[in-house]
Amino acid sequence: MAKVLDMPKLSPTMEEGVLSAWHKNAGDEVAVDDLLAEVETDKATMEFRAFDKGTLLKILAKPGAQVKLGQPVAILGAPGEDISALVAQAAGPAFPPPSMPGARPPTPAAPAAQDAPAPARVPTDIRASGVVERRPGGGISPETIPPPETSAPPAQRDPPVGSVLERTAFPAPGFGDGGQAGPDAGGRVLASPYVRKVAREKGIDLQGAHGSGTGGRVLPTDLDTMSVQGASPLARIAPTAPPAGAAARAPLLEEAEVRALSPMRRTIAKRLTESKTTVPHFYLRIDVDVAELMKLRADINAELASPASAGRAANGGGAEAAKVSLNDLLIKACAIALVHVPECNASYSPDAILVHRRVDISVAVAIPDGLVTPVVRNADRKSVAAIASEVRDLAARARSRKLKPEEMSDGTFSISNLGMFGIDEFAAVINPPEGAILAVGQVRDVPVVFDGQVVPGKRLALTLSCDHRVVDGAIGAAFLAELKRLIEHPLRVLAG
Amino acid sequence: MTHSLRFRDALREAMIEEMDRDDRVFLMGEEVGHYQGAYKVSEGMLAKFGPRRVIDTPIAEAGFAGVGIGAAIVGLRPIVEFMTWNFSAVAFDQILNNAAKMRQMSGGQLDCPIVFRGPNASARQVGSQHSHAMEHFYAHVPGLKVVAPAFPDDAKGLLKSAIRDDNPVLVMESETLYGVKGDVPEGDVLVPLGKARIARQGTHVTIAAYSRMTHVALEAAALLESEGIAAEVIDLRSLRPLDENTLVASVERTHRLVVVHEGWPYGGVGAEVVDRVQRLAFDALAAPILRVATLDVPMPYSANLELACIPQPERVAAAVRRVVGEF
Repeated sequence: MAKVLDMPKLSPTMEEGVLSAWHKNAGDEVAVDDLLAEVETDKATMEFRAFDKGTLLKILAKPGAQVKLGQPVAILGAPGEDISALVAQAAGPAFPPPSMPGARPPTPAAPAAQDAPAPARVPTDIRASGVVERRPGGGISPETIPPPETSAPPAQRDPPVGSVLERTAFPAPGFGDGGQAGPDAGGRVLASPYVRKVAREKGIDLQGAHGSGTGGRVLPTDLDTMSVQGASPLARIAPTAPPAGAAARAPLLEEAEVRALSPMRRTIAKRLTESKTTVPHFYLRIDVDVAELMKLRADINAELASPASAGRAANGGGAEAAKVSLNDLLIKACAIALVHVPECNASYSPDAILVHRRVDISVAVAIPDGLVTPVVRNADRKSVAAIASEVRDLAARARSRKLKPEEMSDGTFSISNLGMFGIDEFAAVINPPEGAILAVGQVRDVPVVFDGQVVPGKRLALTLSCDHRVVDGAIGAAFLAELKRLIEHPLRVLAG
Repeated sequence: MTHSLRFRDALREAMIEEMDRDDRVFLMGEEVGHYQGAYKVSEGMLAKFGPRRVIDTPIAEAGFAGVGIGAAIVGLRPIVEFMTWNFSAVAFDQILNNAAKMRQMSGGQLDCPIVFRGPNASARQVGSQHSHAMEHFYAHVPGLKVVAPAFPDDAKGLLKSAIRDDNPVLVMESETLYGVKGDVPEGDVLVPLGKARIARQGTHVTIAAYSRMTHVALEAAALLESEGIAAEVIDLRSLRPLDENTLVASVERTHRLVVVHEGWPYGGVGAEVVDRVQRLAFDALAAPILRVATLDVPMPYSANLELACIPQPERVAAAVRRVVGEF
């Protein structure tokens, strides 16, 4: 008995398809599973195979035709069969898409469909069958058949998906979405626990990886190529692979120890490269006399260590630090200088210069495998002791990686101090979008000429790196001059 | 030394050897004596041991299961045959509430050294009410041990271990395996409870199965071999206790697992295996663990539909292709 073949659902998200080519002609014999046509879906070109045998009596959808799901594309039956009723039915609006819940059976307004003897839409596949309602009118109402719980079209359920309890989150083969998706929208790489473990052990970073499995899944064999051949396949997997030339020389030289890029290292690389390549840096260096500042620091610390102070702190007298460092004093001095020279407390944006009303100082803190820059907010309004206490807390939490992202962002000016490592002076890379960074060396005992006499002095080299788009030389110099004045008259630092 | 035995003969040999060895052991069940066993497992045993030790019972599973449990509690070691495990449903209360709990509820004063055995799961067209895979129900119960051999040697060795165990042990056989032949070691060779066996070695994927599904898994493995996929087949043999060590060691080699069993997919032994492996071998898994089980419907009577419901080699192979090909 002749039946109408509909456009099948060939991908889970398919709503219509372009019938790109017929592989059978009208009059051809068709066996079960024969390739009838190719259909371009939203995902890929899919095979449309027969799941009944018969003779292809008529092709209804021409090559190139765009056909909605469930719309007729051909008629299958016995040779010589009268198919005029089916052709008329196919021409009419008698076929709702099969997935439409509660769709009504053809109304009497479409008698051809009502009378059509072929229960064309009754699945012959038992796996798709549900309760078939026998209607008093004699026909079988296709719409009463609940759709199978698997979204696979019958043609693709061979071998059958055993039951709804065998469903998986990953697509069954043949759904045609292989190799397109890559890491999912959230950036999570598709890789199994085993692949992740092996990657960890081999020091292979999977971030951004696009493997050879369905949807870009990284397969265990992808890892083999990565470790055995080194750089070139790695380039496909890990975007930060060493240059290909390194691989070519590799056999002659002892191999480097491969250390995975941590997310922090990746961020450092990205941000600082961006800074050095896009921000026009220039550098101003000044030597300041820190003898007075050092003396003040000693006095403060002696006072903080006195029994009276210690007792107050113990009684909940505030989060005052037990000690104040030179850096704490410099943070406060910079904060005051920035209030006086606000042009140095500014950021470049393509449309305008943003001169900040807040003085939030980023403090570079070295931690194992990198550095972070926690921010001391409103440093101009905090006491030196409060700053000292806050920096101590931020640095401790930075080293234990407990800082929250918001505690490390939106500074307006940075200070980087390498004095404790014996560095006399250096120039730092600006921490965008800040407009400047101050690099602090170590306090040097130097002979200085005072009143015609050579006397011992204490000097500190400060280097200001400026974003020339924001801070011109004169502005930077004005800031350093103000900073020098504060440092050399340190009571101003305390006075705020 | 081995000799070739059919599965039913191996079971009989186990019972005869144990009854010779220990006169507390006896067999009771429907048709086990004069009819020589519904499936001829106990053929000749009535003549050998007499009606005091090979006892025909009425068709009353709850009754004779209870009689057996009582006999076990007072010191005998009964083997109770169910004509099929399907009929044990009416004796479920005896097994669940008496056999399984007696030791614990008596504070260890009472043992219940009883064996329940019989054919389990589907046969051929015996209908939805006689095709149950009952091991899933029983393996759920603490206090019971459940074994499901696939080969004659394991049938004999496990049944002997079951008879000697001081706990209730349920032996799940298969009507469709009774005629299967295999080499069986001669003499008193026991197979320990709680030990799986590697029925076939492979490197790409592990297929875990038991009872008749072990043979289906082996057929699937043969199909896959021609495609270049080397499947390892683990015959669990013992469902409770479960040999998680063998499973985990295998998955650590193959990184992929497909579990095959009769019975419905919801819960059950297969789900238990999946749980153990994903917990104990998480980092070894390269693919989701798939299960191939009987379809989630009452078993149809029609031969074609029944075949479509019960896991077949091609369906197992398809699951394997998914976990091997996609991951």
